[in-house]
Amino acid sequence: MATLLDIQGLTISFPNATPVKDLSFQVAEAETLAIVGESGSGKSLTALALMRLLPKTADITDGSIRFAGEDLVNIPEPAMRERRGRDIAMIFQEPMTSLNPVLTIGRQIVEVLRLHRGLTRAQARREARDLLDLVRIPDPDRCLDDYPHRLSGGMRQRVMIAIAVACRPKLLIADEPTTALDVTIQAQVLELLDRLRRELSLALLLITHDLGVVGQWADRVVVMYAGRKVEEAPPEPLFNDPLHPYTQGLLAASPRLHDDLHYRDSRLSEIPGSISSAVKEKGCPFVPRCPQRRDVCRTVFPDTTMAGLGRSVACHAVTPTIATGPSLHDAAVRL
Amino acid sequence: MLQINTRTTLLQPEADTQPIAVSAEVSPSSWPNLHAADTHVVSATSHNIRRLTVLRLLRNPSVAAGGALLSLIIIAAALAPFLYPGDPLSMVARPLLWPGQNAAFPFGTDSLGRDVAAGLFHGARVSLLIGVVATSIGVSVGILVGATAGYRGGWIDDVLVRVIELFQTVPSFILLVVLVAIAQPSILTVTWAIGLVTWPTIARLVRAEFRVLREKDFVMAARSLGFGHGRIVIREILPNALPAIIVTASVMVATAILMEAALSFLGLGDPNVVSWGSMIGSGRELIRTAWYLTALPGVVIVLTVLALNLIGDGLTDVLNPRTGVER
Amino acid sequence: MSTMTRLAKVLRRTTLQAVPTVIGIVILNFLLLQLAPGDAADVLAGESGSATMETVAALRARFGLDQPVLVQLIAYLDNLAHFSLGFSPRYNLPVSDIIAQRLPGTVILMLTALALALAFGITLGTVMATYAGRWPDRLISVGITLFYSIPGFWIGLMLILLFSVKLGWLPSGGSGTIGTTVSGFALVIDRARYMVLPALSLALFYIAIYSRLTRAAMLDAQTQDYVRTAAAKGLSPFAITFGHVLRNALLPVTTVAGMHLGGLLGGAVVVETVYSWPGLGRLAFEAVMSRDFSVLLGILLLSSLLVIIANVTVDLVQAWLDPRIETR
Repeated sequence: MATLLDIQGLTISFPNATPVKDLSFQVAEAETLAIVGESGSGKSLTALALMRLLPKTADITDGSIRFAGEDLVNIPEPAMRERRGRDIAMIFQEPMTSLNPVLTIGRQIVEVLRLHRGLTRAQARREARDLLDLVRIPDPDRCLDDYPHRLSGGMRQRVMIAIAVACRPKLLIADEPTTALDVTIQAQVLELLDRLRRELSLALLLITHDLGVVGQWADRVVVMYAGRKVEEAPPEPLFNDPLHPYTQGLLAASPRLHDDLHYRDSRLSEIPGSISSAVKEKGCPFVPRCPQRRDVCRTVFPDTTMAGLGRSVACHAVTPTIATGPSLHDAAVRL
Repeated sequence: MLQINTRTTLLQPEADTQPIAVSAEVSPSSWPNLHAADTHVVSATSHNIRRLTVLRLLRNPSVAAGGALLSLIIIAAALAPFLYPGDPLSMVARPLLWPGQNAAFPFGTDSLGRDVAAGLFHGARVSLLIGVVATSIGVSVGILVGATAGYRGGWIDDVLVRVIELFQTVPSFILLVVLVAIAQPSILTVTWAIGLVTWPTIARLVRAEFRVLREKDFVMAARSLGFGHGRIVIREILPNALPAIIVTASVMVATAILMEAALSFLGLGDPNVVSWGSMIGSGRELIRTAWYLTALPGVVIVLTVLALNLIGDGLTDVLNPRTGVER
Repeated sequence: MSTMTRLAKVLRRTTLQAVPTVIGIVILNFLLLQLAPGDAADVLAGESGSATMETVAALRARFGLDQPVLVQLIAYLDNLAHFSLGFSPRYNLPVSDIIAQRLPGTVILMLTALALALAFGITLGTVMATYAGRWPDRLISVGITLFYSIPGFWIGLMLILLFSVKLGWLPSGGSGTIGTTVSGFALVIDRARYMVLPALSLALFYIAIYSRLTRAAMLDAQTQDYVRTAAAKGLSPFAITFGHVLRNALLPVTTVAGMHLGGLLGGAVVVETVYSWPGLGRLAFEAVMSRDFSVLLGILLLSSLLVIIANVTVDLVQAWLDPRIETR
């Protein structure tokens, strides 16, 4: 399938820090790409950079973001504004605070419809009703005139999704869309996103720290650590045969993927240390926590090497030869 | 007056929501140990913080400018009896000398031949005295009422809140006029009256702070050690509420000076002393011919109030970083 | 729940809450009257010059001033219940009549000043927040700190000096040209010319307050998540400011606007004397000078009631602006 989004060498800098460094990945049309990493790994900043909504003090200092053939880094702000909400939409982690408390739900959906699709008030209202129906909100007519505080977190996130897909965007960025929700609601919201992806054929960029979400919904996964992409792979080979020591640690620390293991039988492992500061960095940022570190790791960040079909990894300890994952069938069984 | 009222609004929600989560963090059995260790650490760091705060205050441009201006006015007030030893209300020269007309009277004379400069210098004494004493009265009453309401809670709180509300509803300047008119204007009555109409601001603030602070761990710890209410209020809670009180008090002094000026402008000031407000009031009739009589005392009032407000702004920035961001 | 039922609920709640305050104010006013040295009879007697003990006593009896305190209080309350504020011996008119004559002048002046203060304050605050930390913000900040420190009566006199005495553009006092025969639009212009300076003198301090508050509230609202959502929709900064930020930022501004109504009334006392504006403030001043405490008491009571009405209005405006209020 055609590449929709092509990010090359993206670097985001604050005046005294560089939280995202030389990041490259692609998203194809209508696929789901998951970006995984701890908080502080730069994944949310990457998402904001795609929207060109970085905080005032942050700046894209290098790299390109080609979206549908056009580099978003250099287009003027008014042109970018036309794309936001129409071609690229975004939903956020906090549904409780992401809607304006003093405006009705209807008004907040109508706003984006009138802006980008030039609908009349009446048309927009009908369309807003249909959108609420699309995201499975019961009694959409009443919901239109309701205020956000009267809805639950899950319902509010559905409203956010309705706003996001209102103009049929080509790319939907979902930044930790379920983190703030109850476990029971999380699956419903993800299911909704996946259904919309198929029905509206939009590409989904799913940003999460939850590996369970990744395994179930992503077509491909990018693992980020301290602003760098350390590994990229489809979920099955990633889970069965993680190549980067960080990915290995991440998987070992995640209880959901070992449902056959009980906590009392085996200790849940953890990665020693914490995410290193993004300020001082020369070699591989994972060095202080890495069980397989070598001398070269301290001074040189490893090149990204291809490691099989759709796989790549950036680690001195990994040689391409060992990177032959088990079959897809095995992976499916394990999952 | 801005900071006073904005602060009270900002604090209002806190006053209405009881902090429950805070007290639940420490289990009762661990209090005594925690307290001993805590106080040690806190006293060590709080010393540093205090020094840091003073440094930051001195470096704050608002505080520096306001402080310099206020120092000049305080010096003027202190020098008044030496520079102008006579009664500033007595006639010393030909009436209505314009400023600069006679080098002996740089600011001129008024319609009764009184030296305007002498009036301005002696007026500084009156303004500062009333400003500071009235604020002290207001702050003391306010702390007493606010601390009682906030610390005790229950029906005492309900009643006191009603009283505070009552005093905040009655327009304070009209109440002030009534009080002074009843009590006959003198420095003493004007000062007390200003104190009596300004205390609710502090009371509301202190009550809100106390309601939050009384639930904090260190207060719980002090209580579990068996300290009396008086000690807890004075040694544990009050010091923590102090920054907010200081910020508000600095602006209250400005408000008090403005109130005194307005009162004496209306002729409700002490008739036996010279005051900036009364100078404007008597100069007002001659605004067409001798406008300097109105303008000069007004400029001095503006400078004094400006100095105090600048200090208040700086204090807010430094002591209250939450509201001082991005200024 | 519809907006109307919500507002009705809020109205009922706040009105009920105001009842004890009203009672407290009535009693406070009455106690103040009792504290006053001398009474209206003394003043009247003093003015007439040739008063004897008998005539003073007769005056006292006539106005009920010789009754015990409690009886006077009950009489006062009884009068209030009949919407009567008592009788002014000095004006020889019912207090309510005197106040009714002067009330419109003050209310118009205050509302004009409030409107000016809100309009300028919110505009300046919005500009400051938009350019936070840059030169327009700093420049306006300096101006505002100054506004904030200027006594209203003094700036009133300075405005008279500049615009009436020196430039001759605007009248220096009163509320309209005496004996004028103009009507319609010309009358409005005539009245407005008299209104400009007093309203501006009164508003200046509140412009400072509201602009600072708007600035802080806007900066606070700008950091909220829903503003990021609005930006992600592709809205322009203008649409974000006016469609999303301002309305949320206005919530604290309305609260404070209501809280300052009492201050505005107090300011009116002084400004009205400066401009010989025929309103309650000037009446209060005259009442103090002539020791007419029944009038003074009436003004204090009425102005307190005005503040209470303003507070209820503010609560309603807030409930209208903020749909979350019903749940509190």
